[in-house]
Amino acid sequence: MIEIKGLTKTFGDKKAVDNITFTVEDGEIVGFLGPNGAGKSTTMNILTGYLSATSGNAVINGADIFEDPKRAKQNIGFLPEQPPLYLDMTVTEYLKFVYELKGAKQPRRAHIDEVCEMAGLKDVKKRVIKNLSKGYRQRVGIAQALVGDPKVLIFDEPTVGLDPNQIIEIRTLIKNLGKKHTVILSTHILPEVQAVCDRIIIINKGKIVADSPTSELLSNTSGAMKYRVKLACRDESTAVKTLLSVDGVMGATPEESQEDGICDVIITTDPALDVRPGIFRRLVEKNIPLIGLENVSLTLEDIFTSLTLGKEMK
Amino acid sequence: MFAIYKRELSSYFTSTIGFIFMAVFLALSGALLWLTTFFFATTSCANYFFILIVFFIILVPILTMKLLSDERRTRTDQILLTAPVSLFSIVFAKFLAAFTLFEGTFLISLLNLIPVGKYGTLNMAEVISNFIGVTCIAAALIAIGLFISSLTESQFAAAIGSIAVILAMVLMGFFSASIENTTVRVAVKWFSILDRYANFRTGLFDVSSIVYYISISAIFIFLTVRVLEKRRWA
Repeated sequence: MIEIKGLTKTFGDKKAVDNITFTVEDGEIVGFLGPNGAGKSTTMNILTGYLSATSGNAVINGADIFEDPKRAKQNIGFLPEQPPLYLDMTVTEYLKFVYELKGAKQPRRAHIDEVCEMAGLKDVKKRVIKNLSKGYRQRVGIAQALVGDPKVLIFDEPTVGLDPNQIIEIRTLIKNLGKKHTVILSTHILPEVQAVCDRIIIINKGKIVADSPTSELLSNTSGAMKYRVKLACRDESTAVKTLLSVDGVMGATPEESQEDGICDVIITTDPALDVRPGIFRRLVEKNIPLIGLENVSLTLEDIFTSLTLGKEMK
Repeated sequence: MFAIYKRELSSYFTSTIGFIFMAVFLALSGALLWLTTFFFATTSCANYFFILIVFFIILVPILTMKLLSDERRTRTDQILLTAPVSLFSIVFAKFLAAFTLFEGTFLISLLNLIPVGKYGTLNMAEVISNFIGVTCIAAALIAIGLFISSLTESQFAAAIGSIAVILAMVLMGFFSASIENTTVRVAVKWFSILDRYANFRTGLFDVSSIVYYISISAIFIFLTVRVLEKRRWA
């Protein structure tokens, strides 16, 4: 369990983390979401004892990271933004070192084998880390965090720089880990949290903007649905006007089209209404052929805009 | 702490820097011993040990330059600082690793003395007191090198910095006598590592100097811990 209260960290006169409070229960996977420079890494570095905080406190499994760092750190497995690897060691040597460094109690051989198995490192155990690809290095970083079987796992952008297959593997791994561990992972990729996390905490400019279960947050903020409509129509303004005249369409913005003679328009609609049949009928009336109609998934930016705008309106 | 010590010591040999250190140390000390004893037809090793210290200007930075600077550059400091070990044990393990390699090499270099003993009589009191003195000086210089290596991310800068500081400390010993202002002379003498060495040279076992060298080591290890601590607050 992780309890954070009123955590603040200032660099000079810039507040990197501004009075953050949240709790993560055992067995929960929390996604820490935010644009670059939002304070994700800083928060994680404070949680793991790498940085100190200006004020506030953080308690990991009952041990305060500032008062009793040794006990708190025993419960943490941390994968920093850049995996902390000694490039001149082999994977096994490195994991043995981490094992001793953390003072792990499990039978060594079996434990390191188990960790390698989990992180998918079986085939590269004897290789020098320097010669491994970026994806494998990332896995060694994850394996390192798992050594000693800590209760709390903190992953800073665990899938950055990996290829799509590796990303899926790592996500599955994290999901499985979440069954036994408390996991916090940071990312700026929305589908990642959707795929992995039970709960999302969104942070922007050092402040928590939203904190709720993944499903709830996505349905709330997707208040407005978004579609991309492709029309065989040369005149953009006619297209926009026609679409706006449909019931439930709240906004329409033309988008650059890749095809000649085709208009792309992004429309935002009232979620309470399914506007698609209406659009079809209106276009038939106007004799504009409909080439395509697709749901545009929400981006992190959309969520941000809707969240921050929502706050300001309140 | 033992894990860090072990890793550090073995990394000296995976990165060849340990071999370079040993090779340079043994070649220099061998040549130096020949020059100071056989060449002058004497069995007194006092000059040998004394001049050996001058070589530390280059030798010690080889050992210490990457100790902490490289950890920071490669971000591996994150695994150390987030592990359940204290800052002191991290710093002390690094110090100990460098010191072990130094002392090991120094002990090997003492084999050089066997032929001297074979063709003449070694003054054992002189050898032992010099051995202890050199060991103490090396510990102090390693602590200083370690401290400088904690200040920067660049091995090269750490090496240059350490060479400059150790050079200054050695030169102070040569020039301190010629300073006329008493206060300045006393101050310079206090910092000069060579000034304290005089007694060891003649075969005397000088406890106050040993305390001085150990204090210097302790102060710089402490300062290194402070540098790491302060960085957490940056």
